[in-house]
Amino acid sequence: MIHLKDICFRYGQNTVLHNLRLDVGPKDRIALVGSNGSGKTTLCHIIMGLLTPQSGEVHILGKKRVTEADFAEIRGKIGFLFQDSDDQLFCPTVIEDVAFGPLNLGQTPEQARRTVSETLSSLELSGFEERITYKLSGGEKRLVSLATVLAMQPQFLILDEPTLGLDEITSARLVEILLRSDLGYLIISHDRDFVTRTAEKVLYMKDGKIKVEKG
Amino acid sequence: MELEEFALGATWVHHLDPRIKIIVAVIFSVLVAVNDHLGASLLSLVLPVFLILAARLNLRAVLVRLAVVNAFLVFIWMFLPFTMGERTLYSLGPLSIHQEGLSQALLITVKSNSIVLMALALLSTSQIFTLVHALSHLGMPDKLVHLFFFCFRYIHVIHDEYHRLSNAMKMRGFRPRTNIHTYRSYAYLVGMLLIRSFDRSKRILNAMKCRGFKGRFYILHHYEMKRHDYALALSSAAFAAALLAIR
Repeated sequence: MIHLKDICFRYGQNTVLHNLRLDVGPKDRIALVGSNGSGKTTLCHIIMGLLTPQSGEVHILGKKRVTEADFAEIRGKIGFLFQDSDDQLFCPTVIEDVAFGPLNLGQTPEQARRTVSETLSSLELSGFEERITYKLSGGEKRLVSLATVLAMQPQFLILDEPTLGLDEITSARLVEILLRSDLGYLIISHDRDFVTRTAEKVLYMKDGKIKVEKG
Repeated sequence: MELEEFALGATWVHHLDPRIKIIVAVIFSVLVAVNDHLGASLLSLVLPVFLILAARLNLRAVLVRLAVVNAFLVFIWMFLPFTMGERTLYSLGPLSIHQEGLSQALLITVKSNSIVLMALALLSTSQIFTLVHALSHLGMPDKLVHLFFFCFRYIHVIHDEYHRLSNAMKMRGFRPRTNIHTYRSYAYLVGMLLIRSFDRSKRILNAMKCRGFKGRFYILHHYEMKRHDYALALSSAAFAAALLAIR
């Protein structure tokens, strides 16, 4: 699914990733842990093509990805949940926001509406269609953000700190959603409890490299 | 911060086609602005007042908004009657109040209030997103439409950020005074807001790219003209003709 070869990435003088290798299969359920500033988010942004590494190769879905057009192709297939839901939800109403991805993928407004209501009901968010996104609570925002990603019917998920700022009930709901889905995922998290409940493999990032903690 | 308080109602005014609302509001504003007949200006208040009553807006909130406009008009009343025109009505020592200045000030006041009332009645009774869609349906350039829309969407976020920062300053004992320390601190606050907004805009673009954004917005809702819409179009056309005839 995702293969990274010898990725190096620097911010100015500061080397964040150093000859990093990563192989992820389509059904893998992986947690990526590591201290603040160890480059976890940077790594995910490289996978999505939002940052370009100084050296190394990114292979996703069996093809080497270099240009913006290469990455545009995979962005619907690999769903990415951002750390801050306010970055992700930009439309005033939930229905518009969830429909944004499907419409970009070429669905007609009617198809998009159907996709939205299916996605929302699968997350037990039916009835949220006309809610105003900036008036949702933190937990609701996170779940709606997840809906906007899932509405694109991705084959794999990357979640950046999904439980940050969530209460236990919403966290538990997130765990249940992830375990119930048949998608593979890569989760960045500091939440030990969440990691043990959702991940089959834990990768530890240190000194710009990845080490396997348990398998 | 509540920006859409008037858009929450459910009267027929709220449900009018936003395209027709925009067109009527624009034409009405231009007509009222170029008109210089006091009688016609007074008559022009009729349509917006009727629409506001029909939309059952909270009248106190409407007056609060009008007060903002009229605060600017106070300056016109302070200068125009004393400086413009020949015919003197009253003399107050060295100052004299002139007929022409007085009627100009009155005309400007009526016109401004009429235009603002119309905008309140028609534009503020639609959700911003609906208006944005309507603008793009009416052929407004995409870039302007996006600019307008993102300004609105992120005003809340930036406003919250401002409150967080200024509360954090207060927690550390900051009290605004007239000194360099205060000016510098406010400059830092504004600078930090600008930088954070810029960073946020980059993150939003990234999030949009991850969801397949390629520079085009697709529209989920489409509009159709209904009976009320044609009624508004016709009655405002008649109203406009009447205003023009009085001149």
